[in-house]
Amino acid sequence: MTTNTPPPDAQPDVESTSVELTVSAVDSQVSSVRLVATLAIAAMLSGLLLAAAYEITLPIIEANNAEALQAAVFKVVPDSTQLQPLVWDEDKEELVAWSPKKSADGAGEESSASEEPPAGLVIYGAYDENRQFIGYAIEAAGAGFQDTIRLLYGFNPRAVLPDEPRHITGMEILESRETPGLGDKIYKDPKFAENFLFLTVDPSIELVKDNPTAKNQVDAITGATISSKAVVKILQKSTADWLPRLPKPGDEPAFIVIDDEQQQQQQEAEQPPAEESSEDAESDTEGEEDPDNG
Amino acid sequence: MPPLAPNDPSRPTVSSPSSSGGGSPPPSPELLLKAGPFLRKGVTTPRLMVDVILGLGPVVLAAIYFFGLSAILIILAATAGAAFTEFILPPGGQPRGRSLKDGSAVLTGILMGLCLPPAIPMWMAFLGGAAGIGLGKLAFGGLGQNLFNPALVGRAFLQAAFPQAITTWSSQGTVAEFSTIRPSNFALPFMQPPPPVDTITTATPLGMFKFEGQAESLNNLLVGNTAGSLGETCAILILICGLILAIRRTFDWRIPLSILATVGIFSLILWLLNGERFATPLHMLTSGGLLFGAVYMATDPVTSPIAPRGTIVFGIGIGLLVVLIRNWGGLPEGVMYAILLMNAATPLIERVGQPRAFGRTEGGKAVAS
Amino acid sequence: MADSGSSNPLMLGSQQQAGGGSVDPDRMYREFAKGIWKENPVFVQVLGMCPMLAVTNSAINAVAMGAATAFVLVFSSIFVSLLRSFIPKQVRISTYIIIIATFVTVADMALKAAFPVVHKDLGAFISLIVVNCIILGRQEAFASRNRPLYAVADAIGMSIGFAFALLCLGATREILGSGTLFKYPIMGSNFQPWVIMILPPGGFLMLGMILLVFNWAGQTRAKRRHRADGEANAGGEVGSAS
Repeated sequence: MTTNTPPPDAQPDVESTSVELTVSAVDSQVSSVRLVATLAIAAMLSGLLLAAAYEITLPIIEANNAEALQAAVFKVVPDSTQLQPLVWDEDKEELVAWSPKKSADGAGEESSASEEPPAGLVIYGAYDENRQFIGYAIEAAGAGFQDTIRLLYGFNPRAVLPDEPRHITGMEILESRETPGLGDKIYKDPKFAENFLFLTVDPSIELVKDNPTAKNQVDAITGATISSKAVVKILQKSTADWLPRLPKPGDEPAFIVIDDEQQQQQQEAEQPPAEESSEDAESDTEGEEDPDNG
Repeated sequence: MPPLAPNDPSRPTVSSPSSSGGGSPPPSPELLLKAGPFLRKGVTTPRLMVDVILGLGPVVLAAIYFFGLSAILIILAATAGAAFTEFILPPGGQPRGRSLKDGSAVLTGILMGLCLPPAIPMWMAFLGGAAGIGLGKLAFGGLGQNLFNPALVGRAFLQAAFPQAITTWSSQGTVAEFSTIRPSNFALPFMQPPPPVDTITTATPLGMFKFEGQAESLNNLLVGNTAGSLGETCAILILICGLILAIRRTFDWRIPLSILATVGIFSLILWLLNGERFATPLHMLTSGGLLFGAVYMATDPVTSPIAPRGTIVFGIGIGLLVVLIRNWGGLPEGVMYAILLMNAATPLIERVGQPRAFGRTEGGKAVAS
Repeated sequence: MADSGSSNPLMLGSQQQAGGGSVDPDRMYREFAKGIWKENPVFVQVLGMCPMLAVTNSAINAVAMGAATAFVLVFSSIFVSLLRSFIPKQVRISTYIIIIATFVTVADMALKAAFPVVHKDLGAFISLIVVNCIILGRQEAFASRNRPLYAVADAIGMSIGFAFALLCLGATREILGSGTLFKYPIMGSNFQPWVIMILPPGGFLMLGMILLVFNWAGQTRAKRRHRADGEANAGGEVGSAS
């Protein structure tokens, strides 16, 4: 590689760099045009293949995500069968039903980004078959022992019975990396989940070591105090953020029926409750992974 | 085998048949060739180990006194695990059982047992002893080659493998309970211990402080009337034993002293800054495994630096890490990880802390004559 | 490596094309079989350690990773082998990477669509197949110098070898760490899981143990053969394994 003498048939190419010239000159007689062309063709074919694969898988992936969200919402808000995203409108300072059209109008132009509700400002309203409002499902996240814990909890803002206070109706961990065997009990221990089936928020939720005596107390998991505490902290913070924003009981946004056929999410939501809404996440996991075994 | 370090009291006399190879030629009468060191202390590795084991005796007795017969079972199980592994996997192609005779595996097993909670199943203690010797020592090539303290490797293995069992602390038995053995000790191998009864589980003083904000009384900490690992509760006894061992020069007194001094000073500063959030220096010093770790674990001659300056750096490092982990880490106790981390740093410290050899500069270069 | 052919793939390609189209079934079998045991990418070549350690905390994850890697390896090998006479040497690595990356992305999307739960478990490690040195190694060492049929045989053999190693590790770690195999409880309800086995340190420990056993087996076999032959020919596996 030390010799820089160009072979007789090396084409003097102005566009190629000196390195390429040296290499090609010594090893084989390939013009840099061919090098560029090879890479360009490879990249183009690769792009075509990727575009095709993307087109095929995207709807399936989106449907999967929507289904997972629905299953979680229907689990934390019992008896709900339909959901719609609700967005906290910073300007009007009120909670409005979110639809892609509306935000597209607001943005003035149709873009793919506006089809997603803004992160951090969206919660879900859960409704029954008659489109009657049942409760909210609110996503929250915070630091756990190992990594961020993401969870979803249901919230019932009004009393069904006369003296029933507003309360949390269920909690589901969406994502966590807590220590297997200890911290992961926050989603594996059914006893811990029972704490959240009727958990009042006035006064604020608190964690206790021994058997809870009041409706606002959560029983910590033995040996997983830090993770239990993390979950309670996340709930405390999220309820403090969101509860003041919720409209007065009875004034919840109505369920908007969308006849636009493009809205797959809402359409699927209108379907009768699927089987997975009654199952827990564990059996869901198994069901989905079973085909892989065969 | 690397060349023996000249100023290590424990190493020169370790009989290493592998290094001498196949039979040295008979010494010629005219010329006797011998490698240094020439001055030897009459201390052999087995004697050193016996010294430490004797020094541990009172601590073992205290563990039995406080935690009853469970303590005996656990220490025996851990020791059996360590000795068994040393026996079936002899290092460096030695005949089976020879390396067992220096007593280091037994010592590792006893130390390992003493830093386990009293209710742990015996099979876990056995496994811990086996993992400590197997992963912590034999995988590196046997005694003298290991980077980490084998007993702590075993405990770290158990901590990672069975986080629940190793953090289930049972309260101390009263005199009446002395002969009752905790049922979880007898869990079948590979099986879960029966769920602990709520009334007999409790938190260690450090756990109480971290999660509940309650400090244990100094009296209880000194006498050892608290929950904790078998050997770590009685502060006074460990201090006395440590003092005796230090006077007998079984270990380098600089290591425990610098650890304790660092923890004391660092936690005093923190306590003065915020007395509500941080524990008092005395609470920090006497609770948890700090004293036990400083006296028996950090002083392991193989895994700690040899040069005097190095030992102090080593001790300060452990002290700082202990305070950091206890106050800001997820776990209430951090002595084990602090010592293991500084074990890993030992080769580096050794390079910095080398004393100046005669005829050489600080950097080890020969002085031009 | 297996094939120490000419340093110029262009030349080799043209030579072989000139050499005629008959396929030797014996050689096909040899290329296929070597990756499974004799040149196992993990146990012998000690390649692909990153996915090996990262995703083997359960047998299902191991199988999924093995399948995704096999898909990428086989298709990349086909394309590289087919295109070997068209790809100039100077840009071969970039072209291989484009080809590999394409199939990795396809595998990623397909897995996400078909098995979202497994995809979530494997996370970034599917995308990281692109830097798995087994794949680029096979393109450079084999596919770029051999005809597509041999390249496919080699790729399938290597994939099976890799998947076998992943499954060994994944199954032992899942059995010890969770007491289950393919999520099916096999150790009884009272089994105490070794949490360390499904954490990263467990991956290192088990991999070390498995390599130990593999080398030990290789050495004992070599010793026995040595004794049987009476001839010092203890090369082979031991040499490449150590």
